[in-house]
Amino acid sequence: MMIKVKVENLKKSFGPLEVLKDINLEVKEGEVVCLIGPSGSGKSTFLRCLNKLEQPTGGSIIVDDHDLMSKDEDINKIRENIGMVFQQFNLFPHLSVLENIVLAPVDRKRMSRDQAVEKAKSLLETVGLLEKAMEYPSSLSGGQQQRVAIARALAMEPDIMLFDEPTSALDPEMVGEVLEVMKRLAAQGMTMVVVTHEMGFAREVADRVIFMDGGYIVEQGTPEEVFGNPQNKRTQDFLNKVL
Amino acid sequence: MGETQVFVTGMTDLFQNIGYFALAAAEPTKEPSVIGEFLQYAVSISPRLFEGLKMTIAMTVCSLALGIIVGLIACFCSISRFKILNMISGAYLSIIRGTPLMVQATFIYFGLSAVLGITISSFVASVIVLMLNSGAYLSEIFRSGINAINKGQMEAARSLGLPHGVAMRKIILPQAFRVVIPSVTNQFIITLKDTSILSVIGVAEMMRQSQQLVANNFRAFETYAIVAVWYYVLVIILTKLFQLLERRLK
Repeated sequence: MMIKVKVENLKKSFGPLEVLKDINLEVKEGEVVCLIGPSGSGKSTFLRCLNKLEQPTGGSIIVDDHDLMSKDEDINKIRENIGMVFQQFNLFPHLSVLENIVLAPVDRKRMSRDQAVEKAKSLLETVGLLEKAMEYPSSLSGGQQQRVAIARALAMEPDIMLFDEPTSALDPEMVGEVLEVMKRLAAQGMTMVVVTHEMGFAREVADRVIFMDGGYIVEQGTPEEVFGNPQNKRTQDFLNKVL
Repeated sequence: MGETQVFVTGMTDLFQNIGYFALAAAEPTKEPSVIGEFLQYAVSISPRLFEGLKMTIAMTVCSLALGIIVGLIACFCSISRFKILNMISGAYLSIIRGTPLMVQATFIYFGLSAVLGITISSFVASVIVLMLNSGAYLSEIFRSGINAINKGQMEAARSLGLPHGVAMRKIILPQAFRVVIPSVTNQFIITLKDTSILSVIGVAEMMRQSQQLVANNFRAFETYAIVAVWYYVLVIILTKLFQLLERRLK
């Protein structure tokens, strides 16, 4: 299988604070990787390095044969193929749901406006929100907003999706609807890297679970291995607390 | 635009009829009452003040139109990642903020023309001064408006592959625009009132006109009270217009 993401010796510091110390990771095409770990362990920072929302301090990141650390690469071009979903949804409040989705594909000339609207409608249908197309984000619930945010990211037809704690800002009763959409996406073979606190989701959907702590990948393996038989003391402690 | 139109025609009617109101108020008593006389005087000086009003409005409109452009440029300089631009806009802001408007006006009108040997009209000088002045404050208002937008908005836009400029234009600025309307209204009002300071370099705006009236008739109390009312009405009109704009955008 093709390697979609290859990370080597990734380091990231904020001033004197070293958040990522030495991260090495490969993600294969169609693989669903869940990052778990205590807060402050560097999961989100790591995820944000993968589309360069954070500038790494050192190491290398190759996404689809594009070197993110190279000055010659057009980061905007690379980002078009990496969808991202944020904890706080970050929908554009001044645009309707439809315009939120249509904006980037049209502006980046991925498709004509007509095509983009078609695409947006079919995406809204798959996330069950077609009837909200003309509404503004503020009139939607958190779960609905997050589903629109997923549709918005998918409109660019990315081949990798990054999820940064997509359900952490949701009311409990809305977590399910968002996870459902993500599960379907995983089943369709999307390459996904998911930072999550939803251990149930990780156990059910992930091909690989990665436990991070203190800026390192401490342990990784299949959900059965990590949840069923964690080897590292820190993994055991963490899972004891959250499960 | 129904609401605006009604408002504008209403105000025009009021201005046209102000003479009749004054006469009606003056009529009943044979010997003019204090109030009647005051109103008569108000009417008698209104052509003169109207001349000043036209100048005041011309100055305000010109300097704010240019001030917005200067403010935007200074704002983009101050948020730019080029240090040299930050320094230029910082120096500009600190000079404007640190010196009184009257000093700036006299410096540009008398000082610069003396050194450069060019004569600029007092109108042009005052538009330049007010442009630089409002531009500096507007740039800070714009900057705070942009900063007020959650940084997740920029991140979301960039994560979709939109370049910084596009994200700024399509995502950040439209939102910032709504945020800054109240502060911009405020700055417009300040600039409108600041035009009165430019009477010091001889622009024939409302304040100057009233000063000249007083110089001739010594009726300082009535004249300045009347001109205060004119300014007040002008500010109210401006405020109402912006409130309409703000409501429209919601």
